[in-house]
Amino acid sequence: MLERLLEVNNLEVSFKTYGGEVQAVRDVSFHVDKGEILAIVGESGSGKSVTVQSIMGLIPTPPGKIKNGEVLLEGQDLLKLSKRDMQKVKGSKISMVFQDPMTSLNPTMKVGKQIAESITTHQNIKGQEAKERAIDMIRRVGISNPAERYEQYPHEFSGGMRQRIMIAIALACHPKVLLADEPTTALDVTIQAQVLDLMKNLKDEMDTSIILITHDLGVVAETAERVAVMYGGMIVETAPVNELFHNPKHPYTWGLLESIPDIDAADKKRLVPIEGAPPDLFSPPKGCPFAPRCKYAMDVCVEEMPPAFSIDSGHEAKCWLNDSRSPALKELVAAGRQLS
Amino acid sequence: MYIVKRLLIMLLTIWVIASLTFLIMKFIPGDPFASDADVLPEEVLQNIRAKYNLDEPIAVQYVLYMRDLVTFDLGFSIQSETRSVNSIIADGAPASALLGLQALVIALALGLLLGIVAALNHNKVLDYASMFIAIIGISVPSFILAPLLIKYFAVEWGMLPVASWGTWQHSILPTLALAATPLAVIARFMRSSMLEVTNQNYIKTADAKGLSKTQLVIRHGIRNAILPVISFIGPLFVSLITGTFVIEKIFAIPGIGRYFVDSIFNRDYPVIMGTTIFFSVLLVVTLFIIDLSYRYIDPRIKLTSGGE
Repeated sequence: MLERLLEVNNLEVSFKTYGGEVQAVRDVSFHVDKGEILAIVGESGSGKSVTVQSIMGLIPTPPGKIKNGEVLLEGQDLLKLSKRDMQKVKGSKISMVFQDPMTSLNPTMKVGKQIAESITTHQNIKGQEAKERAIDMIRRVGISNPAERYEQYPHEFSGGMRQRIMIAIALACHPKVLLADEPTTALDVTIQAQVLDLMKNLKDEMDTSIILITHDLGVVAETAERVAVMYGGMIVETAPVNELFHNPKHPYTWGLLESIPDIDAADKKRLVPIEGAPPDLFSPPKGCPFAPRCKYAMDVCVEEMPPAFSIDSGHEAKCWLNDSRSPALKELVAAGRQLS
Repeated sequence: MYIVKRLLIMLLTIWVIASLTFLIMKFIPGDPFASDADVLPEEVLQNIRAKYNLDEPIAVQYVLYMRDLVTFDLGFSIQSETRSVNSIIADGAPASALLGLQALVIALALGLLLGIVAALNHNKVLDYASMFIAIIGISVPSFILAPLLIKYFAVEWGMLPVASWGTWQHSILPTLALAATPLAVIARFMRSSMLEVTNQNYIKTADAKGLSKTQLVIRHGIRNAILPVISFIGPLFVSLITGTFVIEKIFAIPGIGRYFVDSIFNRDYPVIMGTTIFFSVLLVVTLFIIDLSYRYIDPRIKLTSGGE
């Protein structure tokens, strides 16, 4: 068994708004092992970003509130740390790469300084030495002329280059966990592959674990070792990446997999959507959040939250269909049962 | 190349301002000797008019004035014949400039501070307190504030001189009275700018680096938030240092502020022209300096002669 580096248990996060309280994250638990890449997938609003931002303590409070749960980094609960102690963890043990590289760098500060700042904040390194370390990081993220690039400002970099700089900032202190919040969403497809490769290579070099948030299952297949599927503020299925693609056990995962456009398809099929809309998180349903959109939903799905059914080692799905008492799927489909 | 081009444009701007002012000034009814017309015989008036070239057609007057202006000769005041406009400006400008500079420094220092404090405590007590001060600063005119300051600080408590100009103590009350409004405007401006910056993604990046709140605000917040405020400082600076009629009148300060107003009432043509040109030169030069300084504050701005 691998060492559990980061463990999130029963995390609950909500936001107060004028319309009421949004239950953004509801009882989420997962873990990351040392040197592992865990992907969190799910549609917009499923709570992916809020989950990782809570790990980093980046949720603005108020309006946000972490109502319950713990975030254990090597056994230490980050949610219980004082602000000052948390500052020491942020950027040194856990760091983060954000979605939009165009706006995530300070436009009036040299990029080199922005990397060096991360180093001088956490390590007892100053001046020239910090600069050299920063230049080394620029080189390691694959940017040529690092010494020259150190002196430049973000507007002199392309989107892909800026994301490399963001990665350099995040990895400058050799963190144990890197949280990547849709790091390639804002980039061209060719650049996406480069940035993902870079992250994978640096992960191996630095022995860092990565939590990769994405809604791109292609990225998941390429990069991740384990996958957590989020829906309606909950993790509905967790599995090793091969298992998830070949033996998914949650109807939402089926829907996600079916909705991937197939470039090799001989006939021009229409794309397969998941019909319906995500649940209203102001007043989350008491049963399975996916039930209203689920082709296979049963009475119990609406009434009661499914527990996590263990399918295989490391594979869990929160779906009543996996209960031994549930009727066979075939029957359900044959009966054409659909819950409105 | 950029600088040369800018300098030429500045000259052109000043020429246009001077010409327009000259024309508008001549179209105002009346002349400097209107009040003397009843007392003096017609021949004398003719002579005086001739002395100031007022009997010539406007086009000729304009050419004559421009000829002198090129040599920086602003002519003599009609009201006080012994004084050249150059010497009026030279005598009055230092007091006005000192007063204006002090007011600017105070308005900037306190205004920025209030704005930052308000933004960092958004929707909390300090925010409301700062903005309350700012609203008062904007809504209470200086001719109310100045007498109030005099009444309490000078008359009732006797801490500071009532009026006049001389020692630095004399300058405290007029500086405060002059600074109040720009201070409030800067505070409100800085607050909204700072609030906008606080929501930017790069602040989140910096936060994720584990910087303390102070480092976050100083290194990443203020510098970006201050950019829009700077463009506002130029005109403010000029309007403050060229003197204000009201404050100089109330505190009996020998600045040039009163000449702006008096010269217009008296149709003192050379003084109107002189003070206006002085004001516009300062404004144009200050704007130029501000534009140059942008380059150092915001690296995204490159000064080129256009179309690069």
